[in-house]
Amino acid sequence: MEQRRPILTLKTGTFFLSPAIFFVILFLIVPFVWIIVVSFTNQSLTGATALNPEFVGLQNYLDLFNFDTWLTRGNFGSSMIITLEFVIGSAWIGQVVLGMGLAIAFYRRKGALREFVNTLVILCWIIPDVVVAFSWSAYLDRDYGTLNAILNLIGLGRPDWQLAFPLFAIILFNSWRGAAFSMLLFSSALATIPPSYLETAEVAGASFWQKQRDIILPLLRGHILTDMVLITLWTFNTFSPFLLTGGGPAFKTEVISIFTYRIAFKFFDFGMGGAIAVVAMVINFALALVYLLMLRKQAVYS
Amino acid sequence: MKRYRKRISSVLYYVFAVLAIAFFGLPLLWLILTPFNSRASLAVEIPTAPTLDNFRAVFQNKFAVQALTQNNLIIAIGTMLGVTLIASLAAYALSRARIPGRNAMAYTLMLFSSVVTGTAAMVPIFLIIMGMGLIDQHLGVILVLIGGNLPTAIFMMRDFVDDIPASYEESAMISGASPFQIFKDVALPQVRPGMMVVAVWSFVNAWGAFLIPFILLRSSDKLPASTAIYSFYTEAGTPNILLVSAYALLYTLPVVVFYLLVNWKYGFRFFGGIKR
Amino acid sequence: MASIVLKDLSKTFGKVVAVDQVNLTIQDGEFFALLGPSGCGKTTTLRMIAGLETPTSGTIFIGDQDMTNCNPRERDVAMVFQDYALYPHMTIEENVGYPLKVRRINQAERKQRVTDVSNNLGIGSLLERRPGQISGGQQQRAAVARAVVHHAQVFLFDEPLSNLDAKLRFESRGFLKHLQKELQITTVYVTHDQAEAMALADRIAIIDHGKVAQVGSPQEVYLRPQTVFVASFLGNPPMNLLPCKLDLAKRQVQINGSQIDVSQVSQINGIKTLVSEGENLSLGIRPEHISLYAEETAQAFPAELYVTQPLGSEVLVTLQVAETTVSVRLFTDEPPELPRRVWLKPDPKRILLYRTDGNLVA
Repeated sequence: MEQRRPILTLKTGTFFLSPAIFFVILFLIVPFVWIIVVSFTNQSLTGATALNPEFVGLQNYLDLFNFDTWLTRGNFGSSMIITLEFVIGSAWIGQVVLGMGLAIAFYRRKGALREFVNTLVILCWIIPDVVVAFSWSAYLDRDYGTLNAILNLIGLGRPDWQLAFPLFAIILFNSWRGAAFSMLLFSSALATIPPSYLETAEVAGASFWQKQRDIILPLLRGHILTDMVLITLWTFNTFSPFLLTGGGPAFKTEVISIFTYRIAFKFFDFGMGGAIAVVAMVINFALALVYLLMLRKQAVYS
Repeated sequence: MKRYRKRISSVLYYVFAVLAIAFFGLPLLWLILTPFNSRASLAVEIPTAPTLDNFRAVFQNKFAVQALTQNNLIIAIGTMLGVTLIASLAAYALSRARIPGRNAMAYTLMLFSSVVTGTAAMVPIFLIIMGMGLIDQHLGVILVLIGGNLPTAIFMMRDFVDDIPASYEESAMISGASPFQIFKDVALPQVRPGMMVVAVWSFVNAWGAFLIPFILLRSSDKLPASTAIYSFYTEAGTPNILLVSAYALLYTLPVVVFYLLVNWKYGFRFFGGIKR
Repeated sequence: MASIVLKDLSKTFGKVVAVDQVNLTIQDGEFFALLGPSGCGKTTTLRMIAGLETPTSGTIFIGDQDMTNCNPRERDVAMVFQDYALYPHMTIEENVGYPLKVRRINQAERKQRVTDVSNNLGIGSLLERRPGQISGGQQQRAAVARAVVHHAQVFLFDEPLSNLDAKLRFESRGFLKHLQKELQITTVYVTHDQAEAMALADRIAIIDHGKVAQVGSPQEVYLRPQTVFVASFLGNPPMNLLPCKLDLAKRQVQINGSQIDVSQVSQINGIKTLVSEGENLSLGIRPEHISLYAEETAQAFPAELYVTQPLGSEVLVTLQVAETTVSVRLFTDEPPELPRRVWLKPDPKRILLYRTDGNLVA
């Protein structure tokens, strides 16, 4: 359709793109191919198969999807379920919903309170992983942690988060950690909505919730989709819960990235690790595809 | 009725704000207070006699100090410059040249990037860096971090570039500017807030990176703070809480300062809100 | 300085034909306006002259050179955009000097020329400011200064006044015309505002659906529109077009039951070959060429009063004639008391007749 003279010709464009292409090929495509190839072998770190891995066909995949054992703790199916719960809890509810709540609450408000909350939420996002892990370990500590001190004060006792509710703990942790991105994204998106849209609705007598439902949500549909996909991808692949729980206790917080790490780096079974990564990639790819299809649908009215 | 409703909404707003401050602020209290305490505890205790002894002790650890003042800076600044520059060029090209499949490309890159930051790719990445002879060198870490952060950075940048009015560049084109002049004189200044967002974001990621330096670096004097912090563990493997917290605070300050600076100068926000 | 020749110029976007076989010759030093409603293809034509769009077919000559596929930078043109496209991160001085900077003109000369041009255009005191710190009218002058500064052979204007309020628009109009007469540089000016085109241009091309409907001086296109499209596009309010039936033998047309003499329509003698007896035509008459009578009058047709709008120096009367709305301009500063039913008499020397296909009977 567009026939206007491009500001960059194809040649100049490719030239501008070439450093990125170099990095992408070297650090994304090559590892990607390596993972796929190695997932069909029994390559390991040491032993005879380290230097001369054997082609094992689909064996790694068959082992992953061994339906007799795969739902047992510490196996692939169990890890997938944990990942799903982790993604729904911390990505969709925790980050997308919380981030949107923050953006809407502070929409068109000014002043120190807004700045303070904004900065605080963003700080939680940019503090280094390791520091956050220490801070949260202290926060969640059964006997001395701030969380239990408060719960105890209002008569809810001192639950042992890391032992009794480890998955909930990392969901809470990851929501806290990542809400800033969604908040930033939705804040900017909200800023693009002309105030007259909301004022018209106000004059017409719409309540707060009606305004959200009838005006804000439909206008932000594209942004919500984009945010969901990015957050889902990142949550799916995040390794930071490892710093808090190490995947335990008893594999209860072993999301897929930690599972891969254990197989590949504790057991040094690179073949199997590759197979897990490939399956994870396929799932990521399917998610992105659903997203693209939904986005195409919504392009009709934007 | 109207006033009643207004009051309720204002009360709800403050309740929500207080809850948000509690949810996000409480986990950080320990980090802020403990370094100034003289008694180690996992509880949040307001220091009765604030002390800087913990920081003095931290500065005795030459290895940890070097991690913070040299290694971290090299890795984070190198990654930041690389990511910001390369992503700006690439996002500009994707937005302004008619490269076939450019939309699909941005998504595919995002997908791949989740692979490279994932744990499974650590082995091939280790092998690639070894093949380049860059094991135990900061350059190796920087290159891998650039590769991992680029796709998301391009994705974010593209939105900023798409928002530049085409007439700016067309006007420069008619004025006789070359593509590189248009990029340098017109496009880059327009996307500066976007570049700043990407710069902060990539700096923060590289500053906190743990796994990649851990795998690619060997000499202890080259390790960044994320791994050097473990030098405050006793030989029995338990952390010296006071020193760890003091070091953690020092480790955190630069990203906070950098963020505040950029936010104050340029405003840290996504402009159109990342549409696609 | 140079003339511009467009030959069979076409541009399609997918299935949409934006510009359709346009042929135009713009003289050296001429102020030429492209006028038409939004979406008619005028801006696309201008952008093809600038080199911002590549034509689907046809050729563009600037001077004697075929520039059809050249880059904008090779064409030596200057353009003022609708939104001015002043770079917000540069001062006015840097903005105006930018075309010189990319042409590698040294700093001293650059400074000299920017200062000269800016003083000339009355923005010499604003050079240190940024576009966001000056008014809309000043921004417009800065954009013009940037176009003027490097002595291009052709100026291109894309609706440069549409972001200004009415008073500033009037001022800027005079300023632009004066500047163009002084510099004598070939200028192509795109606008949808007919008053602007009339006031500024030496010649106007009216564009309709990608085609040139008529080219001529402001007087020509205003007084003798070649099509009903041009007739109804020019003038505010536009020309009245009344459906009528022709009685060739009596040289009369019938409107709303009255007979109107059209013997003074210059082409009436040649009309025989073009229309048949009793054919439906449209009678075109400008609002200022109608007289209004309270009683029945010869050579006048009856109309129902709809509304009167006093405009200060004149009064605009809107009436219904059968299904058609008719405007009459009365040059009086006192709104007249009018009965519901009045008679309208068109000036016989000013009557134009259009055929059902929209073309002037000629």
